[in-house]
Amino acid sequence: MKTVFRPYSTSEGLRSDRSAGDRLRHRQKVRKAIRSNLADIIAEEAILTKAPDRVIKVPIRGIREYRFIFGENAPRVAAAGNAEVEVGQIVGTASDKKGGLPSAGDRPGLDYYETDITIEELVDIMFEDLKLPELERKKLRENLVVHGTQRLGYRRVGVRVQLDRKRTVRSRLRRQVAARGVERDSWSQEPRLSFHRDDLRYRRRVPNLLPESNAVVICIMDTSGSMDVMKKYLARSFFFLLYQFVRTRYQNVDLVFIAHHAQAREVNEDEFFHKGESGGTMISSGYRKALEITQDRYHPSLWNIYVFHCSDGDNFPSDNLDAEKAAQELCAVCNLFGYGEIKPSGPVYNDDSMLKIFESMDAVNFCAFEIASKEDIWPSLQALLSRERPNMEAGV
Amino acid sequence: MASGYDIKDLEYWDSCVREKVEEFGLSVYPQEFELCDSGQMLSYMAYHGMPSHYSHWSYGKAYERLKTLYDYGVTGLPYELVINANPCLAYLMRKNSLCLQILTIAHVYVHNDFFKNNITLRHTNAGQIFSTFKARADRVRGYVEDPSIRFGRVEGVLDAAHALSFQCERNLEIRKLSREQQIAHTIAAAQSLVDPYRRIHEHAPFIEPDLNKDPLEPEENLLLFIRDHNPRLSAWEKDLLTIVHEEAQYLAPHIHTKIMNEGWATYWHWRIMNSLELPQDLHLEFLVRHNQVVRPIPGEINPYHLGFKVWADIRRRYDDPTPDEIDNYGPPQKSGAEKIFEVRECDRDVSFLRRFLTKELIREFGLFQYAIKGDALVATKVADEEGWHEIKETLLRNVGMGGVPVIRVIDADHGRKGQLFLRHEHDGRDLHLEYAERTLSHVHELWGRRVVLETILDDEQYLLQIDDQGFSTKLIH
Repeated sequence: MKTVFRPYSTSEGLRSDRSAGDRLRHRQKVRKAIRSNLADIIAEEAILTKAPDRVIKVPIRGIREYRFIFGENAPRVAAAGNAEVEVGQIVGTASDKKGGLPSAGDRPGLDYYETDITIEELVDIMFEDLKLPELERKKLRENLVVHGTQRLGYRRVGVRVQLDRKRTVRSRLRRQVAARGVERDSWSQEPRLSFHRDDLRYRRRVPNLLPESNAVVICIMDTSGSMDVMKKYLARSFFFLLYQFVRTRYQNVDLVFIAHHAQAREVNEDEFFHKGESGGTMISSGYRKALEITQDRYHPSLWNIYVFHCSDGDNFPSDNLDAEKAAQELCAVCNLFGYGEIKPSGPVYNDDSMLKIFESMDAVNFCAFEIASKEDIWPSLQALLSRERPNMEAGV
Repeated sequence: MASGYDIKDLEYWDSCVREKVEEFGLSVYPQEFELCDSGQMLSYMAYHGMPSHYSHWSYGKAYERLKTLYDYGVTGLPYELVINANPCLAYLMRKNSLCLQILTIAHVYVHNDFFKNNITLRHTNAGQIFSTFKARADRVRGYVEDPSIRFGRVEGVLDAAHALSFQCERNLEIRKLSREQQIAHTIAAAQSLVDPYRRIHEHAPFIEPDLNKDPLEPEENLLLFIRDHNPRLSAWEKDLLTIVHEEAQYLAPHIHTKIMNEGWATYWHWRIMNSLELPQDLHLEFLVRHNQVVRPIPGEINPYHLGFKVWADIRRRYDDPTPDEIDNYGPPQKSGAEKIFEVRECDRDVSFLRRFLTKELIREFGLFQYAIKGDALVATKVADEEGWHEIKETLLRNVGMGGVPVIRVIDADHGRKGQLFLRHEHDGRDLHLEYAERTLSHVHELWGRRVVLETILDDEQYLLQIDDQGFSTKLIH
């Protein structure tokens, strides 16, 4: 009946991280839940146009543990402590109660789950399986793209999973021999030589860079007077995601920014995302400018060209024919031409739409879509970037 | 080991505490202590304190949550974690001060006494608990590694089983009738009562009881019922249901006795520590720590505080009753010590509070009842002359397993179509509809056919139904 005290063991072996597997599985479920809620999460204004290292809170609903519990009509009892409480007094808010420990029969709010995630990680999840569609082989291949990792040699530090046991044992043997420099037969009488930190050998992994064909993404945005704050916000959000996508997934894809009203000009990234202008709208001007740039710097025989345009479709009627013609010329030189029409619903907006005019476009690499609210941004971008090759389907 | 003391000191103080434990008449299992660091403590907490436990992502979630709360300083770690086992195992935090260790050792011994002696905890099979948990963990690992089962299916069954694990018997002291006894019971209940005025009363028509019905009497153990009545489940699935059920059955008694158990441990560690003749600095630290533990937390129920006060009050009422109390209840028949040892053996939170939480105590704690209105929590009753009784009733409904709705199986072959008919025993509290829907879909996964749950929402009777087409609700008039 003597009480046993087991002292704390400093050996790391006895303090193995038993929950690691379950944590990993939980993390996977969180990522999955984030992926399935992406459209909602992206619509949060905080995420768009924010610095990549910023941490945001993402509500997760997919991984609650459901049980039968009581709803909100169930009264509860609490202690007031030294404070006096009167009937009708507000003693707290329901949302304050969130975040406590879940236990059997707790109120639902307690199992509400939030997780911290950096924008970079989020962007990573978002673009996990998206790529620039219809990338073709071109003559210039300077665009290095990461294709997973590959093994390259060994090193003395690393993570446990990369431990190369065979080499580790070999280097211990080598040290053993070096330490004593004696005959093989006498080894067995020697005390066992334990592993030393210096014996450990880890496999080294490096990113596997493969050259891919060069590509350029041309972003054209309507900055005319009819693009009000809301429309500009939607257009910029779209381009911001596109920009994030290109930046995270491709190291050497060029980006060109064109802002147009009645005239078009090439601008830099900062101006494109942060400056507004005004004036009438000549959509053809933007397309002409894009054509001009491709002729000058990005010849279609050497470059994969992607053109994306966002506008509210409120074009000068006289320019419509011109615009369509220019669009067709663009389609002829580029891999994908996406046109997004920003049409927030509401009575104040007029009905002019380039979508109608572009209906007659029959180029397979042309793609038009409509953005009515911020919830539409992610699905349309997703649709654009995960496009199957339409001409291949037609060929079957 | 933290500076200032070593294992020898702990053993010395342990023997002092041990002496007092015996002197006060507490009776304990053999005791083992293990010193651990914060990382180990978090791990143990996530897995119900068990050294080995089957793996499931929800424990990873629990760990992450505990760790986040700890890292951000929202909550500290407990001073100890004690497992109901024979020999009793407790983890001590190695960084705690000597005073805290002595306090914790005393506290642990009293929990140990409660584990050994309380009737509710008698069913926990404390002798084999570690090997039982280890065996379950091995079985689950075996299924995960079995190439014919796959990890995903094991996880799916565990997810569903976890959702229903606490839908189990509330009181194991209530004997379950065998099928034969239930038949006899049903036939007896169908006979009309002997009525002395049968000559002038109309005869109640005899309704023949359906003896083929399954279950004859409503059944609380959802997991076991599904295991025994769904022939489509394979052996490993049935085993998983058994494992989850047994574990819940082990944990439930601790939930039933939370307030009593913590109160009992706090009351006695307070007595033990005061009788130890600690050096002054240790004693002062003890007073500070003790008061932190038993302070009322506004807006919550602190089981340490509530339990401690109630236990102390029982003892006072039997040793030193006020004249009023003698007038009301008569002079006490037992000494306070006898009484509290009797209560420690035969009560659980609900009966404990029903019998011993007096109007005076409710007032002293400033208990109040609140409800959710919009986003605000509004006090609806306070501990005055009109309110105290209802507050007590509400509290009794919420303690122990009171927070888990009672769901019973009524019929395993509802509508002769193999549908599972469940009934929520409504006690004034509605189910949370979203949670009910998701949980029902877990029942449906396990049952494989349509599942119907009868409940009351906003004073209207509803059937919640789930089948392959999805979830629907139906109003019954």
